Amino acid sequence: MPEVVVRKKVTCVEEIFHEGGPVAEKPLRRAAAIAVIQNPFAGRYVENIEGFMDDLKPLGLEMARALVAALGGDAKVVEGYGKGAIVGSAGEIEHGALWHVPGGYAMREVLGGAKAIVASTKKVGGPGSRLDVPITHINASYVRSHFDAMEVGVNDAPRADEILLALVMTTGARVHARAGGLKASEIKGEDGLR
Amino acid sequence: MKAKIRKIATFVEETQREMDRALSPPTRRAAAVAVIENPCAGRYVDDLSELMAIGEELGELLTARAVAALRILGPSAESYGKAAAVGENGELEHAAAILHPKLGTPVRRVLGKGAALIPSSKKRGGMGVVLDIPLGHKDAAYVRSHFDGMEVRINDAPRANEIMVAIAVTDSGRPLARVGGLTKDQIKGEDGLR
Repeated sequence: MPEVVVRKKVTCVEEIFHEGGPVAEKPLRRAAAIAVIQNPFAGRYVENIEGFMDDLKPLGLEMARALVAALGGDAKVVEGYGKGAIVGSAGEIEHGALWHVPGGYAMREVLGGAKAIVASTKKVGGPGSRLDVPITHINASYVRSHFDAMEVGVNDAPRADEILLALVMTTGARVHARAGGLKASEIKGEDGLR
Repeated sequence: MKAKIRKIATFVEETQREMDRALSPPTRRAAAVAVIENPCAGRYVDDLSELMAIGEELGELLTARAVAALRILGPSAESYGKAAAVGENGELEHAAAILHPKLGTPVRRVLGKGAALIPSSKKRGGMGVVLDIPLGHKDAAYVRSHFDGMEVRINDAPRANEIMVAIAVTDSGRPLARVGGLTKDQIKGEDGLR
């Protein structure tokens, strides 16, 4: 399969102190790692694309590690995660689906075996397209306080023959979470859901 | 701290390829953006000294964040720029009060030098507004390879009573710069221009 050719990497970190309510004792941090890569299947229909998932694994690990580094270097602070992809106009949505396995498993590995499915989204779009990457708790998808999202995008990507890949991690609940539901302290941690 | 900060976002871009040519070393730039309460929102305030003091504080904080995000020491920075977006209940003059009177001195302190004018832009806008931060070489404004711009945006800022303040720093010029003019190794660094 083709090698992964990276044009650009972008890291974004948000540190949120409050949103009109009391200032958080520990600010919430959200980080996104983005890689803009060449789409090896752009411009034509390619039937067999599955092998590219393996090619993406090292990049996935590199991005997951970069996220932990951007959040201070300790994987234990990470409580939420998500992933996404934007495929340039000469590609198809199915090319974005190739990110599910390498992106998701990279984060689980770097975080020491997180249990919950990694929330995800993807689309086809032009340069400057924005993607709202969904975020859920890393060990129990139903933890309501950790349902969140982070908007990502790069003004000059993806070009037509590129794919923008994104991984996102957060350090906690929404800054003024108070909508009830399963709490992080109540996680059983058996099935990745509760 | 005089500024009431709701959130701080940092962005790092690393461009590794352009037009299928590898860049060695990659070009890198970072921006740090603070979202603050606008103490003068919603009414005409004649004396803007409170905003000027906030500018001084943010000059230091944001430059330190941007340099840290690039993992370089201040004196290794090559170009810089600043920008602000005022929420709809404020006036353009509020951005000017933050950016122009006092913000530059601490920026230059963090970077060790900075003989050149810090290029700037400002606007009023709603949440998600795009700020194009102009970039120029920090010691000689005429260095042509370093004329550039960095786009930043935050989906939930500025709210009506907020101001977004941004500082961008790079450790390099444009990828594949080749339009001539003064080069960085020709800098005299006396007047901030050449």
